[in-house]
Amino acid sequence: MNFLALIGSVVLAFLGHLGRLTIFTATALSHCVRPPIYPRLIGRQMIDIGYYSLPVVGLTAIFSGMVLALQSYTGFARFAAGSETAVANVVIISLTRELGPVLAGLMVAGRIGASMAAEIGTMRVTEQLDALTTLSTNPFKYLVVPRLIAGFLMLPVLVLVADIIGVFGGFIVSVYKLGFNPAAYITNSYDMLKALDVISGLVKAGVFGFLIALMGCYAGYYSKGGAQGVGAATTNAVVSSSILILTFNYIITELFFGT
Amino acid sequence: MTDVPKIRLRDVRKSFGAKRVLDGVNLDIAKGESVVVIGGSGTGKSVMIKSIIGILLADSGVIEVDGQDVTQIPANNRDAVNRKFGMLFQGGALFDSLPVWENVAFGLMQRERMSRAHAKERAIETLAKVGLSADVGELSPSELSGGMQKRVGLARAIAGEPEIVFFDEPTTGLDPIMADVINDLIISCVKQQGITALSITHDMHSARKIGDRITMLYEGKLIWDGTAKDVDSSGNPYLDQFVHGSAEGPIKMQVRR
Ligand SMILES: Nc1ncnc2c1ncn2[C@@H]1O[C@H](COP(=O)(O)OP(=O)(O)OP(=O)(O)O)[C@@H](O)[C@H]1O
Ligand SMILES: [Mg+2]
Repeated sequence: MNFLALIGSVVLAFLGHLGRLTIFTATALSHCVRPPIYPRLIGRQMIDIGYYSLPVVGLTAIFSGMVLALQSYTGFARFAAGSETAVANVVIISLTRELGPVLAGLMVAGRIGASMAAEIGTMRVTEQLDALTTLSTNPFKYLVVPRLIAGFLMLPVLVLVADIIGVFGGFIVSVYKLGFNPAAYITNSYDMLKALDVISGLVKAGVFGFLIALMGCYAGYYSKGGAQGVGAATTNAVVSSSILILTFNYIITELFFGT
Repeated sequence: MTDVPKIRLRDVRKSFGAKRVLDGVNLDIAKGESVVVIGGSGTGKSVMIKSIIGILLADSGVIEVDGQDVTQIPANNRDAVNRKFGMLFQGGALFDSLPVWENVAFGLMQRERMSRAHAKERAIETLAKVGLSADVGELSPSELSGGMQKRVGLARAIAGEPEIVFFDEPTTGLDPIMADVINDLIISCVKQQGITALSITHDMHSARKIGDRITMLYEGKLIWDGTAKDVDSSGNPYLDQFVHGSAEGPIKMQVRR
């Protein structure tokens, strides 16, 4: 094919996707504020996203906190004697601001985004979405809205837990491996922490949770062509929500802390 | 009012890309009538039903339900029309995240805001009509055999007592005895509850039994329309070939030898 034509068709396809995603998002949001709302389904999604992701997110957080303490100590010990304060600070600030939300977001994208895309995608290719419509139930209200709301609400909770577990991981390494004073470590952590650090992390988490659910539902909703199509939708959901998480992470950081 | 057909199709066309599936379909179905569409595999029977219930959008033509052109209704306003419909999907399309009884009760709870307990009672009654016991209601659809899934789909289609039901191959995959039970069930829906039915089937025995009228879809058009009695004396070579299930005749299957 002509090279320019190839570029053109790729750009057109991209714009087409973008337009479809925009309409999808707008439709979903408009259904969020119009009854009927399904509290039962929201509850089930909240348990799925929040409770069942706890082990994955917790493990990620504790090892990240531990390695963070270890690495930053190696770094700081080369320069200064006051490394005890610095390690505590680095661990808690990088966890609350960046690593907590981003790592939890990426893990949940792999777990939840994929399963949403697979579930809704399977419903699409087995005509269950059509069956919903003929039973006077809007798939947006019944499937998409509960997932968006649950994602938006539960990710901040997960991140809060991840922050605490991560700091605990850093604490363990610092105290038992590096021989820091436990009480001093906690004071150092606590003194440095500003409310804004935690808040910015939670705002990120809410946005990430929304994005994960959105991309999972979107990929599933437009999947076609049997098992292979559902597989592709799952991959798309995870890849696109991961990229969006990293992009929005930068944008939100810029909004909060950029000067 | 009685002259307004329940369903009226005029010159309905639908293509997928270059492939023309419906090429000017005309059909009138009166209230309380049971019409059976027959035709070869892949001729567009399912597409025709899906166009009527609005899952697929016809490219052109008129589709009227109770005299109202449903192709002109915006998607977010279709609800009032959809309420009149019950649909048995060819592949079942059961919700696999819900137990069987909730599948059957789904329309009752969603459309009619019936309480769960009450809807469950109704679901179990409906399941009994298709020969399934109450304990089947607690299973998940993936735990059922193909024929049982079909019957659950059937129960879901008729549970809400719709005005019009579409059956896409209601007896495919059932044993002859159960197939006949289902035929009787469809007949009782139409005769006793005054439901209008549009069924698709390949099973000529079933077609003759449930159809007040039989019509045949071939190359995008309904090429024959008549009562079950006239099927054998139609003189239409396409219909004759289909009814006798013969490989010889004007209909050429797209297979290589
Ligand atoms: N969503 C779709 N996209 C593209 N092509 C489609 C789609 N749905 C149906 N078709 C095509 O339309 C034609 C008619 O399909 P349809 O499902 O209506 O057949 P059918 O008459 O119901 O056959 P069967 O008796 O085997 O169920 C087929 O050739 C199919 O390939
Ligand atoms: Mg079909």
